[in-house]
Amino acid sequence: MENGLGTENTPACGCGGTQPNGKPLHSPFLRKGGWLLLALPAWFLVYYWLLPATEWLTSSVFGLDLGSRLGSAVAFFLYDAPKVLLLLSLVVLGVTFIQTFVSPERTRDILARRAGAWGNLLASLLGIITPFCSCSAVPLFIGFVRVGVPLGATFSFLVSAPMVNEVALFMLLGLFGWKIAGLYAATGVGIAFLSGWVLGKLRMEKHLEAWVMEIPFTASTVDNHGMALPERLEVAVQGVRDILGKVWPYILAGIAVGAFIHGYVPESLMARFMGRSAWWSVPLAVIVGVPLYSNAAGVMPIVQALLGKGAALGTVLAFMMAVIGLSLPETIILRKVLKPTLIAVFLGVVATGILVVGYLFNLIL
Amino acid sequence: MTRIEIFGKGCAKCELLTERAAEAAKNLGLQADIVKVKDIAEIVSRGIMTTPGLAVDGVVKVQGHVPSVKAIEDLMKG
Repeated sequence: MENGLGTENTPACGCGGTQPNGKPLHSPFLRKGGWLLLALPAWFLVYYWLLPATEWLTSSVFGLDLGSRLGSAVAFFLYDAPKVLLLLSLVVLGVTFIQTFVSPERTRDILARRAGAWGNLLASLLGIITPFCSCSAVPLFIGFVRVGVPLGATFSFLVSAPMVNEVALFMLLGLFGWKIAGLYAATGVGIAFLSGWVLGKLRMEKHLEAWVMEIPFTASTVDNHGMALPERLEVAVQGVRDILGKVWPYILAGIAVGAFIHGYVPESLMARFMGRSAWWSVPLAVIVGVPLYSNAAGVMPIVQALLGKGAALGTVLAFMMAVIGLSLPETIILRKVLKPTLIAVFLGVVATGILVVGYLFNLIL
Repeated sequence: MTRIEIFGKGCAKCELLTERAAEAAKNLGLQADIVKVKDIAEIVSRGIMTTPGLAVDGVVKVQGHVPSVKAIEDLMKG
């Protein structure tokens, strides 16, 4: 079928799990996931000894003063790199494991029966845990719309899935505690809910590209998920390998930026640009954040350094959401199913939501 | 002759799935015709929402993940 879309090579496509193909482990204890019992205590041990170890390394081995700019930047990097990678491994292990129970197909079928605001809310919540990557946005969008998921709920899902990133959520929990993690989840779901609700009310169906509704379509009902526990654990371990193998350069880059901010950017400067009194800092954070396409994990060290230097929470939250949730590549991909008007409205509504969150938190906190 | 279709836009995971499907067919001694479906309209019209996907004799069996060779063999038998 020719529709001018062509084919393209998206290296990021296919975010689903890969079942490892190697030889199964010999010991039944290890095979049934017993290695987790050995690995978890080791993980916690390393995690808690990290700070003293890196401070000793910076001051005693490299001979740097921890109070100096270079010293504090180096210590930040040495401490944060293993810390973020350790935290990410644990988070990805847990998230990938949970995701073996959830599939976009199941989410679609749940949402197909819901109309109205409840559908939007449910779509926003399911967006958090359903595995999603922007490369699958087009087939997913069509699959949702064609089985009768309301357009508004589909948008709620499409906003929530990348914006309330489950990895980002648990990283925030590990790095900053439950308050900030909770704020992030609640505001992300709120934006997704409202954006989808508004878009649904605007009756945008006529702004879909014609082929979305015209293309012959059969809903598939493949159940990928009749897996046994050890298989799910294997998929989770493979997920850690896949994701860490892919994102470590982003993370190191993020930590390097974070270390620079930590060591060299004076607090007075930060207060001027990202403090709560600078009204233009929130829109600026969004404008800077959108074209910056980074992995959720890569933004964390930057967020950490910004907050540490006294940047306002709302501004930082807006920046983070713009980086993770609104991405140019995803928008370009969605152009295949949405006419320019709808793309513009979609971006406008989500960006407005992020701005409101930014201002709101700068105001009340 | 078994017809095997691999759905996906040519990413690393689609290649991996293709390799594994070929290996699974060889292990079973199946005469397999492996076709890669890269056109997004075709992928969508088969109801696939997440790539990579695999169909055996026209029936979609896998989507959104790469099973092990052993699991693919089971799918081809069933």
